[in-house]
Amino acid sequence: MIRLFGEISLIFALFCSLIQSVLPLLGHWRHHPYLSAFARPSALAQFIFILIAYILLTIAFTTNDFSIAYVAANSHASLPLMYRMTAVWGAHEGSILLWILILNAWTLATAMNDAPRNVALTLSILGLISFCFLCFLLLTSNPFLPTTGPQLGRDLNPLLQDPGFVIHPPMLYIGYVGFSVAFAMTMAALIRGQLDTAWAQLTRRFAVAAWCFLTLGITLGSWWAYRVLGWGGFWFWDPVENASLLPWLSGTALIHVLVLAEKRQTAKGWAALLALICFALSLLGTFLVRSGVLISAHTFANDPARGIFLLLLLAILITAALAVYVIRLPTFAKTEARPFFWLSRDTALMLNSGLLIVAMMTILLGTLYPLVLDAFHLGTISVGAPYFNSVMTPLVLIVMVFMGLGPLCRWEKQPIHLFVQQAAKNFFLGLITAISLLWSIMGQLDVIPVISLMLSIWIILSIVGSVRSLPGMSFAHTGFAIMVIGIMLSSFLSEERETRMHPGNAVDLGPYQFFFIDTKSVSGTNYRGIRANFDVVKNKHHVTNLYPEKRIYTVRDMVMTTVDIHPGVFRDLYIALGDPLSDDDWSVRIYYKPFMRWVWFGGVIMMLGGLLVILQRKENRAKRC
Amino acid sequence: MNNIQKRRLYYVILFTLGLAISTAFILFALKKNINVFLTPSQVFQQNNFTDYHFRLGGLVKPGSILREKNGLGVQFVITDFKHDLTARYVGVLPDLFREGKGVIAEGSVNAQGIFIATQVLAKHDENYMPKNVYQEIRKNAA
Repeated sequence: MIRLFGEISLIFALFCSLIQSVLPLLGHWRHHPYLSAFARPSALAQFIFILIAYILLTIAFTTNDFSIAYVAANSHASLPLMYRMTAVWGAHEGSILLWILILNAWTLATAMNDAPRNVALTLSILGLISFCFLCFLLLTSNPFLPTTGPQLGRDLNPLLQDPGFVIHPPMLYIGYVGFSVAFAMTMAALIRGQLDTAWAQLTRRFAVAAWCFLTLGITLGSWWAYRVLGWGGFWFWDPVENASLLPWLSGTALIHVLVLAEKRQTAKGWAALLALICFALSLLGTFLVRSGVLISAHTFANDPARGIFLLLLLAILITAALAVYVIRLPTFAKTEARPFFWLSRDTALMLNSGLLIVAMMTILLGTLYPLVLDAFHLGTISVGAPYFNSVMTPLVLIVMVFMGLGPLCRWEKQPIHLFVQQAAKNFFLGLITAISLLWSIMGQLDVIPVISLMLSIWIILSIVGSVRSLPGMSFAHTGFAIMVIGIMLSSFLSEERETRMHPGNAVDLGPYQFFFIDTKSVSGTNYRGIRANFDVVKNKHHVTNLYPEKRIYTVRDMVMTTVDIHPGVFRDLYIALGDPLSDDDWSVRIYYKPFMRWVWFGGVIMMLGGLLVILQRKENRAKRC
Repeated sequence: MNNIQKRRLYYVILFTLGLAISTAFILFALKKNINVFLTPSQVFQQNNFTDYHFRLGGLVKPGSILREKNGLGVQFVITDFKHDLTARYVGVLPDLFREGKGVIAEGSVNAQGIFIATQVLAKHDENYMPKNVYQEIRKNAA
């Protein structure tokens, strides 16, 4: 029953998306308001049908309906209820359904916020995207296919049975998909021939919202990797992680350039191109994760047909969008611009967006280079973390220099000596603080920590003057500075030890001693395992007990390390149990990671900054009204 | 020059500069940080491999894992069913490291012909197998 109704509602949704995309476009072309009026109702209907399909799939998971192949492959009767509900997006088919559901939710939000005379065209473009993805879902990855024989269920991948996973993918997808609204609005504005202030304002609001979710999604993802993968790292330059960072970088550039387009009436072409790039990169991300061209922690299903379909989709949508862009752009070149000074916010914002795009390109190159070589049979290579670290470190430092200068600039012409004075003051204050802080914490000075800490403080000092007028920007920049401090200090100060331990042994690490007390067996609904008990002591005072586990998930016969972490503002203690060696000996990995929390704390503050931007704009609008 | 032209000139100069700098960075970094991926057969086809850092992919030969009495040293054989290569690693192995399963190790071959792994990669997919190893195995099976 669930299967039948699920498929029927998906087909109805496909039908609605067709109406939503074709009729308003026709209406715009033929100047026929009645056709355009179809946009909103069909968007609503499509949302309802997708929601029904999604709820049906969730019901199938909660009631263990193993007659559906997708449920049987990703669930088991012994799986806890929370993970049964989130298993809906645990693999390919459900993820695409969630993708489409989120797209439709964004479409609804657009329908409520866009100006009445523009909404039909925007919705028609969103409908087109939805139509493409519904075709993809129904043709290559239908979540409602039946199972062939009686099934007990293959259980959810144990890596995904973690609270971090419950919210990470939806947040990431909301971010990804949100950029398609910015794209649709830009395309609609290009087709109408009006890249005006209203367009910049509204697009920016949606782009900032999408950016907030993407920031949160990436932060949660890195927290999940830290907790679950058991290697103590928070970012691995895994191609799938890169795929989420690419739209984030171009999205950051977009929301900065849209300020220019809104306040200064310049760089509109660049802003429109960035909106296009953001959308292309989120499609590329979906392609990379879902086509099976990459092998990583996140790719679970490999099917060449899906990859080809997505690649075709990417090619067609982007070519069409670029064609519209190239044909329409010359009509905007003649708008008059305000006087230009090299020392102004205009330059700072443009520089910033340029640098972000350069950073994006370097990551894109490192991610795609091995794939391209492999596709043309030129050898199998891999581009690892050292490449990304060595390219990104100088780029981030340069971006940080300009992040500290930008807020000091004004829109209009300003006396240069005052600007230099202020910058010099911040520079020396930052340098002195950084050196004294590092000296007191580390007792030694290295070049990179000093520079990055100095630049972080330099950024925080630069926003002092604009906390009141631009609270969102100030928050987001501070969050970024905090994140950089966290990344830098945790990577320079962290200590780790891999060792063989027997109950009764102790290990010293940093200022802490770790005593291995004993092991005992544990079991959960769908796993059994062994839990070790470690007593952590600092200066002969008991700090905490840590209980890392080694689990075997019985259905998939898969071994999992479950780490135990003692978090703190200034340091994390982290133990991962390795393999059982002979006679109750274990290999154990212990980490002492100072300032680890700051990385995610910074990410969350950045997201809050974005939220403030949206809230403040609402307030401003209310005041004006 | 009017304002628009001036502005454009600045932007074009900035972007060209940015592009040049970034290309330099990328080429420099790529040159140093590419890992070539090889199978045991490919290693045997070419001699004189000492001190060359690469990624070795294959399957862990069943029954070949030997743990040392003290410390964390492990020896195992990486195979693609045509050639075997003994590897040694000191440290904690990833969860999915198992006999008969795919593995990727990074390191170099020493004078005794043993592959000294500096890193054993944690590929988190239970069915994971390096692509060219998979092709080799299919060839050998046929």
